[in-house]
Amino acid sequence: MKKLIASALLATTLPFTGNALAADYTLDTKGAHTAIEFAVSHLGFGWVNGRFNEFEGSFSFDEAKPEDSTLNVTIKTTTVDSNHAERDKHLRGADYLNTDKFGEATFKSTSFKLGEDKKGTLVGDFTLNGVTKPLTIDVKMTNAGKDPWGGERIGFKGDASFALKDYNITKLGDAEVELDLFVEGIKNK
Amino acid sequence: MIRNTSTAYGLVAVALHWSMALILFALFGVGLYMTDLGYYDSLYHIAPWWHKSFGLLVLSLLIVRLFWKMVNPKPRPLAAHKPWEKKIASISHRLLYVLTLIVGCSGYLISTSKGDGVEFFGWFDVPSVLKITPEYTDLAGDVHFYLAWALVLLAGAHGLAALKHHYIDRDDTLNNMTLRKHKT
Repeated sequence: MKKLIASALLATTLPFTGNALAADYTLDTKGAHTAIEFAVSHLGFGWVNGRFNEFEGSFSFDEAKPEDSTLNVTIKTTTVDSNHAERDKHLRGADYLNTDKFGEATFKSTSFKLGEDKKGTLVGDFTLNGVTKPLTIDVKMTNAGKDPWGGERIGFKGDASFALKDYNITKLGDAEVELDLFVEGIKNK
Repeated sequence: MIRNTSTAYGLVAVALHWSMALILFALFGVGLYMTDLGYYDSLYHIAPWWHKSFGLLVLSLLIVRLFWKMVNPKPRPLAAHKPWEKKIASISHRLLYVLTLIVGCSGYLISTSKGDGVEFFGWFDVPSVLKITPEYTDLAGDVHFYLAWALVLLAGAHGLAALKHHYIDRDDTLNNMTLRKHKT
């Protein structure tokens, strides 16, 4: 009986022992090795390129069980930067990001898959302009390991796209935003 | 005639007064109009370009005007004006200068907030002197909008007061700003 209880206990703890390898990471924003960049078509000719200068986020990741990974990112929308003072002011206004009302955009992951080829899919709830919708990000894991300064790092690249009108931003009609995400996580000590 | 006398404004003061009045009201109208334009409107880029150039012109005219005011005699108020009229007129005139200065500077700050200069009629760029955060840029935008309204309302009241002196009191207040006082 004692053996049975012991093995039952072991069985229940077993799934968690795998998590011992899971680690928590913080997005490297201080060293600016993480970037959130966007591009929107300009009249069908070129693109408006920009990024958000201030955001923070963290994720947990276990290479052995990538599906248990979670990621949370909070973006300060007032820091939208398209390298153009007057356009940035317009982007902060009611026509676009409405930053007075919605100072933050957030992404909270709901699922993650990573294949053998280190390519995967991250799905999460993306909140922008007060609207929350699921967003799928194609992910490519680059590398993981020790950095030269005694820490551990891991890198990903992601890209996603969504229609502005889905987030109640209707000034540009059907325009799509292409997101380019450059992620470097530093393992929490 | 070119300079002020102790009783009447001279040509330079009168020219500065009316050119600034004309440009300021035009800037106000164009400003309201252009901020409402859609991106696909043909005036979307050119209207703000003229607005900014004339805005900088008004700021330079203001500096010239304040300088001219300093080095010229100030015409005495009309003897018929009551003390409270003189007081309110004097406060309003100063307020018009201060509002013009703040509205002009706040507009300049919006365009130069990230370090880029502002084109002056395509002749040269007026450089940025102060980089400010997005939050202060938006504040500059609010200041520009609301104080521009205050400026045109006060300038409107100033104009109505002049018309009142001209047509109801039948005194020389408005004539002083149209050089006609020199003939009387």
